[in-house]
Amino acid sequence: MKREPLVNAALFLSLPAVALWAVSTDEPFTITLATRTAILALAGVGLNIALGQGGLVSLGHAAFFGLGGYAMGVLASHAQTQTPILEWPVLIEGATSMPLIWLVAMAVSALAALGIGALSLRTSGVYFIMITLAFGQMLYYFAISWPAYGGEDGLSIHLRNSFPGLNTLDPIQFFGLCFVLLCAALLLSARLKRSPFGLALNAARQNPLRVRAVGVRPFSLRLTAFVISGVITGLAGALFADLNRFVSPSMLSWHTSGEIIVFVLLGGVGRLFGPVAGAGLYILLEQLLDGVSDYWQVFLGALLLTVVLIARGGLIGALAGSEVAHD
Amino acid sequence: MTDPVLAVHGLTKSFGALTACDGVSLDLRPGEIHALIGPNGAGKSTLIKQIAGEIAPDAGTIHFLGRDVTDLDAAARARMGLGRSFQISAVIPEFTVLQNVILAQLGAEGRVFRFLRAALSDRRALGRARDQLERVRLAHRLADRASEISHGERRRLELAMALALRPRAFLLDEPMAGMGAEGVVDMTALLDSLRFEAPILLIEHDMDAVFALADRISVLVYGALIATGGVQEIKRNRAVQRAYLGEEEVA
Repeated sequence: MKREPLVNAALFLSLPAVALWAVSTDEPFTITLATRTAILALAGVGLNIALGQGGLVSLGHAAFFGLGGYAMGVLASHAQTQTPILEWPVLIEGATSMPLIWLVAMAVSALAALGIGALSLRTSGVYFIMITLAFGQMLYYFAISWPAYGGEDGLSIHLRNSFPGLNTLDPIQFFGLCFVLLCAALLLSARLKRSPFGLALNAARQNPLRVRAVGVRPFSLRLTAFVISGVITGLAGALFADLNRFVSPSMLSWHTSGEIIVFVLLGGVGRLFGPVAGAGLYILLEQLLDGVSDYWQVFLGALLLTVVLIARGGLIGALAGSEVAHD
Repeated sequence: MTDPVLAVHGLTKSFGALTACDGVSLDLRPGEIHALIGPNGAGKSTLIKQIAGEIAPDAGTIHFLGRDVTDLDAAARARMGLGRSFQISAVIPEFTVLQNVILAQLGAEGRVFRFLRAALSDRRALGRARDQLERVRLAHRLADRASEISHGERRRLELAMALALRPRAFLLDEPMAGMGAEGVVDMTALLDSLRFEAPILLIEHDMDAVFALADRISVLVYGALIATGGVQEIKRNRAVQRAYLGEEEVA
């Protein structure tokens, strides 16, 4: 049990270490990989609040990831063409300021999570999985069929958006930004887990009947967790779109939802740093095996099977022991 | 006579053709233990689930603390002070004994939607939780997981969680089920002391315990109450003897 913080710290610090090493050896591609890992881990940290702490298997988190991405894409593309998004009743213009874009991405994700959660959380188990999947796919097909923002081709943004005081086009600076946000999300997630809310949410996952009997409605707990979860994943989506300077419907597709679940599973469900380990492992495998075979995901599949069948605690569980820490 | 803490009137519930609860009226008065007995399948659990708010009745009303709570859900009734234990122990298995009691406290006080402070950092809450565990003699187990303690200890943990609600009434569904003779004696003494905290509506199969504890007994058969009264009255009641206590005692 005492090993888990050490494993976490080692895994976590390896991310900036790799990025800084890449700066010194002048390998911008590697920095981009580290940035991608941090962003995908952030999306996973978001999902892990619903999945790990709340036991809510959402197969629709691509909805929030994609909405965050499109929030960035829509705002930045309007700024790029200098056309307002809306002229009447109020003038809304595009934006290229990251903090503003993040706020919009998080607000949109929160609203979507509130709506999707309010409907889908009335069900549970496999029905919940299917309904979240359906909502995600609805947004996916909507994005494909809506020509205003590129439809199936997606939206390209020429310049990365700006952050006050930073040059976001410098890979290591953009990495730093993403890493700080990841840290903030991890801190929030850790605080949440130990808070009264986290305790009750975790209890509702284990025994909703008992939670009701002490005066708490599991639905309210789960909806709140789902919204917090969606907001963090939405923020990750905005960053991901900014990293690629591109947003397309594929961010909304159920493949993306599946990938985010894979990060959480690979790292260890409910482990604070699980998504960081999972996203790191995923990117590592992608890079190492993609050269070996075009079908590298076959190996990923085998690994996933191993994790699900044998090493339930994921990578963190394998390194730090199966016991989940509790106060 | 003082007003009853809990008053059930004309409660009816059917599942298809089966009437599990047939116009049941009963009340729970301050300071008493009111035992609810009846053969298996008599509808005791259906009745207690309706009183707790887990299932809605087809007809009838439930008043708690003078207020009509028929339309309130289980969580709202629990916050009003209806402390519940389940026929099959319902605790949070992965939590420690202490965490379970803290959860009950937080729920009862409506302090669940707090996001940043640690749940186990409030010294006063911890102190109270220890007191409640002391009451049920579980203080030595507070750091153990609820899944690892014995069956009897889990039953007592449920009582500690009910106590943490600062209950105005207890609703206890077979607290002695599955306990050995010694456990039953201990639990009987514990329940006897709890009646001063709040009155108890007690479903129980163990007749020795019921006769030792109950101020009043209600007998439920096929969803309907056939008698309510003091221990001696119920022992003498012929309908009860026929339906429940067994023919041999009639002789």
